[in-house]
Amino acid sequence: MNKIIEARFLAPDVKLFRIEAPKIAEKRKPGQFIILRVHKNGERIPLTIADSSTEDGTITIIVQGIGKTTKHLNTLEAGGEIIDLVGPLGKPSHIENFGTAVSIGGGVGTAIAYPTAKALKEAGNHVISIIGGRTKEFVILEDEMKAVCDEVYPTTDDGSYGFHGFVTQKLQQLLDEGRKIDFVLAIGPIPMMKAVADVTRPYGIKTVVSLNPIMVDGTGMCGGCRALVDDKVVFVCVDGPEFDAHKVDFSVLTKRNRMYLSQEKQSVEEFEHKCKLDAKIKEVANG
Amino acid sequence: MADLTNKERMKIQKHHMPEQDPLERAKNFLEVNLGYDTATAIEEAQRCIQCKNKPCVEGCPVRVDIPGFIKQIELGNFKEAAAILKKDNALPAVCGRVCPQEEQCEMVCTVGKKNAPVAIGYLERWAADWERKNIGLQKPELKPKTGKKVAIVGGGPAGLSCAGDLIQMGHDVVVFEALHEIGGVLMYGIPEFRLPKVIVQAEVDGLREMGVEFRTNQVIGMTDTVDELLKEYDAVFLGVGAGLPYFLNIPGEHLNGIYSANEYLTRVNLMKAYDFPNSDTPMFNVMGKSVAVFGGGNTAMDAVRTSLRLGAKKAMIIYRRTEKEMPARVEEIKHAKEEGVEFFLLHAPIEFYGDEEGWLKGVKVQEMELGEPDASGRRRPVPIEGAIKDIPIEVAVVAIGNGSNPIISKTTPDLKVNKWGNILVDEKTMKTNKKGVFAGGDIVTGGATVILAMGAGRTAAAAIDEYLKNPDVWLEEKKEEVTN
Ligand SMILES: Cc1cc2nc3c(=O)[nH]c(=O)nc-3n(C[C@H](O)[C@H](O)[C@H](O)COP(=O)(O)OP(=O)(O)OC[C@H]3O[C@@H](n4cnc5c(N)ncnc54)[C@H](O)[C@@H]3O)c2cc1C
Ligand SMILES: Cc1cc2nc3c(=O)[nH]c(=O)nc-3n(C[C@H](O)[C@H](O)[C@H](O)COP(=O)(O)OP(=O)(O)OC[C@H]3O[C@@H](n4cnc5c(N)ncnc54)[C@H](O)[C@@H]3O)c2cc1C
Ligand code: SF4
Ligand code: SF4
Ligand code: FES
Repeated sequence: MNKIIEARFLAPDVKLFRIEAPKIAEKRKPGQFIILRVHKNGERIPLTIADSSTEDGTITIIVQGIGKTTKHLNTLEAGGEIIDLVGPLGKPSHIENFGTAVSIGGGVGTAIAYPTAKALKEAGNHVISIIGGRTKEFVILEDEMKAVCDEVYPTTDDGSYGFHGFVTQKLQQLLDEGRKIDFVLAIGPIPMMKAVADVTRPYGIKTVVSLNPIMVDGTGMCGGCRALVDDKVVFVCVDGPEFDAHKVDFSVLTKRNRMYLSQEKQSVEEFEHKCKLDAKIKEVANG
Repeated sequence: MADLTNKERMKIQKHHMPEQDPLERAKNFLEVNLGYDTATAIEEAQRCIQCKNKPCVEGCPVRVDIPGFIKQIELGNFKEAAAILKKDNALPAVCGRVCPQEEQCEMVCTVGKKNAPVAIGYLERWAADWERKNIGLQKPELKPKTGKKVAIVGGGPAGLSCAGDLIQMGHDVVVFEALHEIGGVLMYGIPEFRLPKVIVQAEVDGLREMGVEFRTNQVIGMTDTVDELLKEYDAVFLGVGAGLPYFLNIPGEHLNGIYSANEYLTRVNLMKAYDFPNSDTPMFNVMGKSVAVFGGGNTAMDAVRTSLRLGAKKAMIIYRRTEKEMPARVEEIKHAKEEGVEFFLLHAPIEFYGDEEGWLKGVKVQEMELGEPDASGRRRPVPIEGAIKDIPIEVAVVAIGNGSNPIISKTTPDLKVNKWGNILVDEKTMKTNKKGVFAGGDIVTGGATVILAMGAGRTAAAAIDEYLKNPDVWLEEKKEEVTN
C-alpha cells in the first residue's frame, strides 16, 4: 500500500500524483518507471517517475487518463492509496554532456521527458525544451521546465498558445536557423516520435525516444513488451525504455499497441457508464 | 487389513483417479482430477507392500518416507500420514499434483514391475488435502528465536520451502517477491485446473502465521540490491526462478496474437484475464480461433489446454520431435488428448505470417523425420526436404523454455554464473561464491521441477542455519578451495 500525498490536475485528464514510496524515491534515476495497480482485479500499468523527493520519501507520477486504468487512477485523491507499486524499473537514461540537447515532449510525454531534461541540464548541457499540446490547456509543466532548461518553447496544434504548429515544425525551425543541436530526446505519441526521428535523421543528430509498449510484469519475464530495434527483438522493460530513434521499428510498435483495442474500448465504456451511474445515485441520494 | 499378504496386495488393481468429463472440463477452469475418497485412498494404500529396500524413496528427489506415510493412510492415521510427508516435503499438496511421478518415485516402485505402480502421487495429494480440509495445516514447533535475519529473494517453491525451514529454526525470515502475489510459477504459470490456487494460498498463509514476512512488489536488483540486503540481513537466499522466455527467433514473431507461454499464462492465471472485463487485464479473444502452441513440456500442455478453456475452436501442439521425447508429465499429455488437443509431431515452425494490420494469420511448418542419435542419445529431427505446410492460426504460444533472468547477476557483478546465467553453487550447501549468499531452484538448474526447487530450498536452509551459527566457516572453506 502506498499513500497518495498530493493529487491535482495539470490539464484536462492529466493528473499529477505525489505518492509515498521512500525506497523508490531513494533509488530511482531519470528515465525509470514504476508499475502499479489500482485495485485487486486491476491491470498492471507502467508510468514514468517524473520526479522524487528523498526528504519526504515521495515519487511523482503524471498520468493521462486514456483508458480504464488511467481514468480510474485519475479519480483517486490525496489520502487515497495505491495497492501495488513496484520499481524503479527499466534502465536509467543515458546522461552526458552532449553540448546542446533538445527535449521534446508531446502531451503527457513532457512529464516523461522532464526528469531526463533536468538531468541533462545538471550534466552541463544547454537544454532546449519543446513542449507540445493540442491546445493551450494541454501544454503542461511549462514552469517546471523553465526552471531546469535554458530555453522553453511551448507549441500548440491550433496556435492557441506559443508556437503554432507541431513540435517537429519547431524543431525544424531551430535547425533551419542553423542552431547546432547535438542530442534530441523525444517522448510522446508514437507518430510524434517517428516524425522527430525523421527530422533528425538527415542531420545525423543522435536521437533517443522512450517507447511505451504494453507491459505486464516489467521485469523481463513475459516478453509482451517486445519491440524491434535495429531488426533485433528487445524487451523494452529491461533493455529500455529508451532507444535510438533511428533504429526503432515504429510500425511494429504501433500495431502491437493496438492489440487489445476492442477490449480496451469495452473496458473504458463500462467504467465510464459506472461512473455516471455512481454520480446519478449520489445525486438522487442527496436529493 | 494387516492380514493381507503381499501377493494379495500386488493383485489389487490401481485405483482410477476420478476426473471431470473431458468435454465438460475443457470448458472450465476447475481442477481436472477430483481426488480419491477416503475408502479409495485406503484401498490404494493397501497396494504398497512396504518394501524393505524402499526403491521408491530413492526415486524421490527429497526422499519422502513413502512406505511410512502410505502405511499410516492404510491404518487410518491420516494426520500422521500428513506429518510424515511434511518432514521431507514442504508442499505435498502441490507435489502430489505436479511431480513427474512416472519418472521418479512411481517409476521404481516394486509393484510396478508386475502391475501398475502404487499411486504415490495421488496418495500424497490425498493426505495433504485431508489435512488442509479437515484439521487445517498443522503448525510445526518453532525453535526459540535466534535473532538472526534471512532475506529470501523470490516467492516460488524454492524460496517458500527455504523460508518454511528457516522460520522453524528460529530465524527471522523476510521473502521479497517481484510480483504482487506470492507463489512464483505455482501462481502465475501452472493453471487452476491443475493446481488450484487455494492450495498455494493456504501454504503461504501457513508460513505467514508462523511468522514469515512477505514483501511483494520488490524487484531485488532494482528496489534493493543483493549487497544492500546483506547489510541488513545475516544471509540471503536467491530463488528467483528461470523467468526469461525464449522465442523461436523466426520471422514474424512480433505479430499480434503471438505470446510467450509466460505472458499467456500470466495473463490468464495471475491477472485473471479469463474473467475480463470483471478483471481489467485483457487478452486476445481466443473464442472460436485456432491456437498453436510450440513445445512439448508441461508449459506447452498448460498453454494449449488453457486455450481450449478460453474457447478455442482448434488447439494444437506443434513439436519438432516425437511424443516419446516430450518432457511433459504423461498425465498432462493424456489429459490434453482426451480434451481434444491436436498433436503435430515432427513439425518445426519456420515462419509466422500475418495481415497488413499486423495480426497473425498462420505459420509455415517444416515436417521432420528422425535422423541419427545426437549427443544426448536422442534421434535428432531432420527436415524432410520440400515438406513444408501452412497452418492457419490466429494465436501462437511459444513454450520452448526459459533462460535465466539477468537482473540479479547484472546488479551483483561479483556473483559467479555460468554462460547461461545460472548461478553457480556448491550442490551440498547451495552456497554461491559470495559470502552469505545461497541460491537454489530454477535459477541454478535452469527450468526444472517443483520438487527439485523445493529440495534445493531445504538444502540451503540447513546450510544457512549452519552458517548463521558460524559465519567464519565460509572463509575457511574458500581457503581450502584455493589451496586444493
Ligand atoms: C515505460 C512506460 C512509461 C510510461 N509513462 C507514462 C506516464 O508517465 N504517464 C502516462 O500517462 N502514461 C505513461 N505510459 C503509458 C501508460 O502506461 C498507458 O497509458 C496505460 O498503460 C494505459 O492504460 P489504460 O488501462 O488506462 O488504457 P488502455 O485501455 O490500456 O489503453 C487506452 C488506449 O491507449 C493505448 N495504449 C495502451 N497501452 C499503452 C501504452 N503502454 N502506451 C501508450 N498507449 C497505450 C491503447 O492502444 C488504447 O488506445 C507509459 C508507458 C510505458 C511503457
Ligand atoms: C507453465 C509451467 C508449468 C510447469 N509445470 C510443472 C509441473 O507440472 N511439475 C513440475 O514439477 N514443475 C513444473 N514446472 C516447473 C516448476 O514450476 C519450476 O521448476 C519451479 O516453479 C521453480 O521454482 P523456483 O522457486 O526456482 O522459481 P519460480 O517458481 O520461478 O519462482 C521464482 C520467483 O521469484 C520471483 N523473482 C524473480 N526475480 C526476482 C527478483 N529480482 N526479485 C524478487 N523476486 C524475483 C519471481 O517473480 C517468482 O515469483 C512448470 C513450469 C511452468 C512455467
Ligand atoms: S515428492 Fe514427488 S517424487 Fe517425491 S514422493 Fe512425492 S510425488 Fe513422488
Ligand atoms: S516401492 Fe512401491 S510398494 Fe515398495 S514401498 Fe515403495 S511404494 Fe510401497
Ligand atoms: S513487460 Fe514482461 S518482459 Fe517486459
